[in-house]
Amino acid sequence: MIDLFQDLVNWASGPTVLFTITTVGLLLAFRFTQVWSRTSAKIFFAVLTVFYVASMWDPNFFLIVAKPDNIPITGVIFLVFFFTWFAMHQGIQNDRRREGGTEVLEKEEAEKVWVWPDLVYTEMLAMVLLSIVLLVWSILAAAPLEQPANPADSPNPSKAPWYFLGLQEMLVYFDPWLAGVVFPTLIIVGLMAIPYIDTNPKGNGYFTFKERKAEIIIFLYGFLILWSLLVISGTFLRGPNWNFFGPYEYWDVHRVEPLLNVNVSDFFWVKLLGQPLPSGGLFAALLREWLGILMVGVYVFVLPVVMSWSKDRLPTGLKWLSCHHYYEKMGATRYYIGVSLFLIMMSLPIKMYLRWAFNLKYIVAFPEIFFNI
Amino acid sequence: MLNRILAPLSAAWKEATDSQVWTSIFRHGKPVSNRNRALVMMSNVFLHLHPVKSRKAGIKLRYTWCMGGITFFLFLVLTFTGLLLMFYYRPTVEYAYADIVDLQEHVPLGIMRELHRWGAHAMVITVWLHMLRVFMTGSYKPPREFNWGIGVVLLVLTLLLSFTGYLLPWDQLAIWAIAVGSNMARATPLLGTEGPLSASLTLGDISLINAGNDARFALLGARSVGQPTLLRFYVLHCVGLPLVAAFLMAVHFWRVRKDGGISGPM
Ligand code: HEM
Repeated sequence: MIDLFQDLVNWASGPTVLFTITTVGLLLAFRFTQVWSRTSAKIFFAVLTVFYVASMWDPNFFLIVAKPDNIPITGVIFLVFFFTWFAMHQGIQNDRRREGGTEVLEKEEAEKVWVWPDLVYTEMLAMVLLSIVLLVWSILAAAPLEQPANPADSPNPSKAPWYFLGLQEMLVYFDPWLAGVVFPTLIIVGLMAIPYIDTNPKGNGYFTFKERKAEIIIFLYGFLILWSLLVISGTFLRGPNWNFFGPYEYWDVHRVEPLLNVNVSDFFWVKLLGQPLPSGGLFAALLREWLGILMVGVYVFVLPVVMSWSKDRLPTGLKWLSCHHYYEKMGATRYYIGVSLFLIMMSLPIKMYLRWAFNLKYIVAFPEIFFNI
Repeated sequence: MLNRILAPLSAAWKEATDSQVWTSIFRHGKPVSNRNRALVMMSNVFLHLHPVKSRKAGIKLRYTWCMGGITFFLFLVLTFTGLLLMFYYRPTVEYAYADIVDLQEHVPLGIMRELHRWGAHAMVITVWLHMLRVFMTGSYKPPREFNWGIGVVLLVLTLLLSFTGYLLPWDQLAIWAIAVGSNMARATPLLGTEGPLSASLTLGDISLINAGNDARFALLGARSVGQPTLLRFYVLHCVGLPLVAAFLMAVHFWRVRKDGGISGPM
């Protein structure tokens, strides 16, 4: 019975299944907003806590979770869940109030109050409580210190600090120039650009979901799935050689996973045409990669234009792509910057699923100049 | 009975608060009248970060989660404990590790390192949650666009502070985490030895970008994580980054006020 349960959890934690389940779950929660109720939050936290506590009896689970530097990740799991729920819950309550004809809660409490004592005391209390938490945490858990540094002996796995594990996870799907340099830069630029791209005047200064659905769904997808989930799974589920291990599995250094990844050029020339890859010189390289270049070019340069068309201009079957009303509302500059950033963000899940479905390694591959996509 | 103990105490308290010393420090009476509530906020340099009065909804815990304030408090805790750590820690390959061991084993009340490390982890988490709160209340919308931008820079600085500090214990965990992290810099387009197009930067036959001058070298101060890296990260961690962060926090708080205080519905 327990074995069966553990096997099930190990299976469900695999990158493909976990990523799909959480994405679908999140989208369903946006569709059926009743789930952000108090009762479901209580049930959810109870289940999560029971799962966590019960799992501590499993030696492999305990080994990973109780590592001092991994304690914050347990904090991340509970806190991110709680505060996401808290924000969505208040937003949906406000939406209901609006539907019922009352103002949002924040508007009702518009009167001014004295900062001393109303705010200063709250801050004081927060400081005292936080100090206690930090002191207790520090007394109970010693800061980790491993063997003295030895540049000749690299541990397996070698992991970046936990908050960068989302980036390290991206390395599975993209080369370092994208995962380690271009994407982090675009995350920073993209975050800073949010206020200038988002022209929706509603939902400024109060919690709401209904009035800002698209913004919230996109942001939370990035924040919860592409960032937090990858940090959590990178810490708990990635073992030696960055192989995947379920929460109840032993981190076996000798486990070898076959890598049979192929490029788009292999698919086209070798599998489809049954020819060797063109070789020799620049022209041959471009010829070799033409399909991949075309695919990336269409995705980056053509798709945003096509998406700006109205539904009538799009052929049947592609009508769902239309973002014409955003184009109208935002204007060309905002629209193109916003859509490009969005598409680049979505290139991560797209590449993940291409890898899982077709063992795809590179769409465009110029290893000669380290330019692989 | 109780009165016997309390009466002298309150008399002493009154004596103290009426003294020349006390009244020279606090130039207003107790904050029990509205006038004095205003004065206490305005005449205290720390409290005057706040306005005297604020909209009720904006200061509710359920609205701000106090997350920005908690992040700032953690920054102060880290500054203080970091200072104490600097008394004992020498940033050299020879001493660093041994100093950390000493800190935990021989320094009285040796939990400074724990407070500093767990505080740093906590700050990374609270700054994310603060960003989540600001996003979910739409508080980046006009007129607060610029302050959101400052916030993003503060987020990056928080991560960099944590990253540079990670190296300082000079144990296996430290150098390999930094090695993994900084390997990426090798792949910087144009500026890293293994980055796209870098090989095209040549002067005649000589390629301009090599392991001795690329982006990774600039980060590490060496071809691999070593003494120059330790010193570089130490200086950034203890002086450079905290100064920039403190400076930007001042701007951030100033702008919270100037943009109309905590956001609220129009
Ligand atoms: C070291 C990091 C940071 C510190 C110490 C800090 C501190 C604060 C504080 C104390 C406030 C007052 C209200 C509150 O507590 O929520 C605030 C507001 C604000 N913060 Fe931050 N913050 C930091 C990082 C960020 C980040 C990462 C962002 C966004 C990306 C951000 C954006 C904002 C905005 C837009 C406001 C105004 C919110 C409003 O008026 O409702 N801050 N910050």
